[in-house]
Amino acid sequence: MATTTTTKVQTLTGQRVRRREDPRLITGTATYVDDVKMPGMLYAAILRSPHAAARIRSLNVEAAAKSPGVHAVFIGADIEGVGPVPCAAAVPGLRVPKHTILATHRVYFVGHPVAVVVATDRYKAADALDLIEVDYEDLPAVADPEKALERGAPAVHPEWPDNIAFTQQTEYGDPKKAFAEAGVVVRQRIVSQRLIPTAMETRGVVAEWRAGEKQLTLYSSTQIPHLMRTQVALMLGIAENRLRVIAPEVGGGFGSKLNVYAEEALMGFVAMRVNKPIKWIESRRENFQATIHGRGHVDYVELAATKDGVITGMKIKIIQDLGAYHQLLGPLIPTLSVLMLPGIYNFHNAEAQIVGVFTNAVPTDAYRGAGRPEATHCIERMVDILAAEIKMDPAEIRFKNFPGKDAFPFQTATGLFYDSGDYAKPLERALEIVDYTTARSQQRKARSEGRRQGIGICTYGEICALGPSPATPAGGWESATVRIEPTAKVTVMTGASPHGQGQETSFAQLAADAFGVSMDDVVVLHGDTAVVQYGIGTFGSRATAVGGTAVYLALQDLRTKCGRFAAHMMGVAAEDVSFEGGVFSSPKTSKTVQFGEVALEAHICRNLPPGLEPGLVATRFFEPSNFAFPFGAHIAQVEVDGETGEVKILRYVAVDDCGKVINPLLVDGQVHGGVAQGLGQALFEEAVYDEYGQLVTGELMSYAVPKAIHVPEIECDRTETPSPVNPLGAKGVGEAGTIGCSPAIVNAVVDALSPLGIRHLDMPMTPQRVWRAIAERSQA
Amino acid sequence: MIAQPFDYAAPESLSEALQLLASAENARPLAGGQSLIPMMKLRLSAPSLLVDLGRIADLHYIAQTNGSIRIGAMSTHHQVATSETLRQNCPLLAEAAGRIGDVQVRNLGTIGGSLAHHDPAADYPAALQALRAQLRLVSQAGERTVSIEDFLVDPFTTSLRPGEIVAEVIVAADGPGTGSAYLKLQQPASGFAVVGVAAQLGASNGAISLARVGLTGVAGKSYRARAVEQALEGKPVTAATLSGAARLAAEGVEPLNDLFAKADYRAHVARVYTRRALEQAFARTK
Repeated sequence: MATTTTTKVQTLTGQRVRRREDPRLITGTATYVDDVKMPGMLYAAILRSPHAAARIRSLNVEAAAKSPGVHAVFIGADIEGVGPVPCAAAVPGLRVPKHTILATHRVYFVGHPVAVVVATDRYKAADALDLIEVDYEDLPAVADPEKALERGAPAVHPEWPDNIAFTQQTEYGDPKKAFAEAGVVVRQRIVSQRLIPTAMETRGVVAEWRAGEKQLTLYSSTQIPHLMRTQVALMLGIAENRLRVIAPEVGGGFGSKLNVYAEEALMGFVAMRVNKPIKWIESRRENFQATIHGRGHVDYVELAATKDGVITGMKIKIIQDLGAYHQLLGPLIPTLSVLMLPGIYNFHNAEAQIVGVFTNAVPTDAYRGAGRPEATHCIERMVDILAAEIKMDPAEIRFKNFPGKDAFPFQTATGLFYDSGDYAKPLERALEIVDYTTARSQQRKARSEGRRQGIGICTYGEICALGPSPATPAGGWESATVRIEPTAKVTVMTGASPHGQGQETSFAQLAADAFGVSMDDVVVLHGDTAVVQYGIGTFGSRATAVGGTAVYLALQDLRTKCGRFAAHMMGVAAEDVSFEGGVFSSPKTSKTVQFGEVALEAHICRNLPPGLEPGLVATRFFEPSNFAFPFGAHIAQVEVDGETGEVKILRYVAVDDCGKVINPLLVDGQVHGGVAQGLGQALFEEAVYDEYGQLVTGELMSYAVPKAIHVPEIECDRTETPSPVNPLGAKGVGEAGTIGCSPAIVNAVVDALSPLGIRHLDMPMTPQRVWRAIAERSQA
Repeated sequence: MIAQPFDYAAPESLSEALQLLASAENARPLAGGQSLIPMMKLRLSAPSLLVDLGRIADLHYIAQTNGSIRIGAMSTHHQVATSETLRQNCPLLAEAAGRIGDVQVRNLGTIGGSLAHHDPAADYPAALQALRAQLRLVSQAGERTVSIEDFLVDPFTTSLRPGEIVAEVIVAADGPGTGSAYLKLQQPASGFAVVGVAAQLGASNGAISLARVGLTGVAGKSYRARAVEQALEGKPVTAATLSGAARLAAEGVEPLNDLFAKADYRAHVARVYTRRALEQAFARTK
């Protein structure tokens, strides 16, 4: 029998392609903001308030100004013409304190910028800071959001003595009826503590003013170069097209660089005033004091259910610690928690209240997950508490409350339409991997030997691929330009601003597949407003699903245009051209033309096809019709040291469904990093302010970020449910690990301690906290 | 995070280093810099002159002579942790060194630097207390030998005189029938000991012939838990003896109180870890 061999062209999409970003990162040859050096560059240092609340009686900068190497010193009075730090959160009734880029008469948190010194090097700038004399009148401060709500608490802003920035009350379905008719109601106060995002690279700005050209360039370690350009231009009162923002290599953001900070406008202002390039690099201590924090929730949650475990309603009161000011999105974050509160469960009655509270602390804003981890933690804890109350297995109760796989698009209690899903599948898979039945019997055996083992499940969903424009403050689309050079090299310009996610790799995979070229022939450019068309940026797991789709559409446009050139070159109709592996062919005539020949012809135009313009450039903007909603199941197995309260993670399984995957290696990396940060929150991370508003965990010696020794082996697996809201079928995975992890670990520890009657523990579950819970119950 | 101005010298001989240290009012030796450099960057310390001891060959060695092991002050934690001489003859010190900080700290930090800095939660003092180590201190005026207990005065304070440095740490090689263990509850941020317990036990004919227990991180200063030792020595080796003695681990000390571990929890962990260290040390007696 004759056999025919068909050579299927290997596509890169879906392959575990190694990150092309890594060699430069690993070998220290990447260009971060601090690597930018310019002739005549001066260095800025910022004096920050050591007080959480104080009046500035007087400020004397004379000695600092005369200090060797100092070019200038600026204080609040000097920057009156500069607009306030922007807040884009359009929350009804929001009280917005005026947030000047330097404090004027009063400081509101430890780290509040008070003055800026510019000197010939960073040492001289730091020396001069020590010479500034500030006479502060210390005022009472409050950093705990619940204390801030108490009668008689110090007013963070004197004009609003109740410390309430906003409240929001929403009701869905008929929660009163659900609770009145419930067979079981469980209640719990749940804290999602303040966290410090701690990107490896702190923030930094280089500002260069070219007076002759009236052009200001800002290099900033940011996730959103274009949005920053718009905002900083407004703050400085310069035309947007006279400002160029460059996000060079960005060493992580986790949301903390999804912002417009005082320092960006401040450095622009200083550069224009002293007419020299200015560099400011944030120290780690400044990063902890003055870059946004995340989470900061105290939640009062109630869940109503039937006696056999069908959830019928939920109530939540969210007390959101907002800090002293609103940064770009701060007050919006708890509204995302409200949208996400039903998790992936099928109930339709809910009541949610948000109380946004001012405190004498650095503002909170988006941190990896931004509102969704808080919501997921609440619902996932409550489901376990309910399961314990009715003595049902935590896996069983989850299966019982998932919407069926035929229920999609599924309308949630809070009015979202979940795009696609099969929620039982990842849980089934995760249970299979851990061999749940055996794991439970091992747990019973361990218990009989006096060892406290626990199994914790979290089944999460999240809102990704942000998002349709009407649901976002500044546009939810993304842009891409693809350009084919005369030599057939492919340049992709994305409006997303990757800073660790790896889209230089995944977008190159898409482009290489589109034209049958090697990835080495593709360059992905991003993060420079003078190079890339307007874009939105990278956050909310949107870069692939939204930005990648724009790239995909531009690639398709160019494929079509190349096909028309090829058809003309072969003398056939465009419909008769097929393309594979870098070769256009006409099956009818058996003629072929190489992609490289097309690229050249499109530029030299020896024989331009009628009706076709020269050149191969396509720009597309993709506006998604909906968010995408990834989901998954994480299972943690832990053992608690009953004598000391130490928690050991025995096993960690993550089964995530982020839709179609372009590069599984990148997805695993995102899950690994996310789980590490989720574990950090579960076990030891907490930003602690004391009663005076001093940041007690003000450095890495006291604030514990997860390190290699803390992170267990993470067993990753996936199910794949394509999203119908974009042609890639992608959903997003940047935050999944963080969202899935913390509840899984807390549920596991609580499960381990459940024989003592413990139903809940707040994070971080430090050994001391766990030990105290055990000690209290053992005495009782 | 920017240090104040300072001068820097990297002498190649001990005598030159001692001379430099005596030459400036506020000269400080640099011996790894894992604590001093961060303190300078935070402007909590501002020496006028740093005398880097890293190039002085005479301070780099781990050698056994007769029954004692001499460790040059500039031996890194990694060198102490992996020294065959120590692993064979004084495993307690090697084990404690292996639990210090992280890989980077162990590759740069030195035993002499750590001791001279005297962080109350450092790992070495627990082991050196249990080992009854001697320290050889040198200055231009000459040299002297002090016991670890006399050397460690108060947190961040030692009996070093101006211009004097730690040159050598001397410990005795373990006798036959000795077992040891170092256990530590680590602060997840700093890597320092919340509680660190070093135990050294000797057993013969079913009785405890030697018991030495050093604790770090528990109080403002590391200490030898003499009450524990007394409750062990001469007693038969039973689980009850070990756990009974361990209950005295925080006897007479005022435990530190901080965010990560309040005083009662610290004292509790000191007792639990002491019992476990004793059990492990006993299991290792040969």
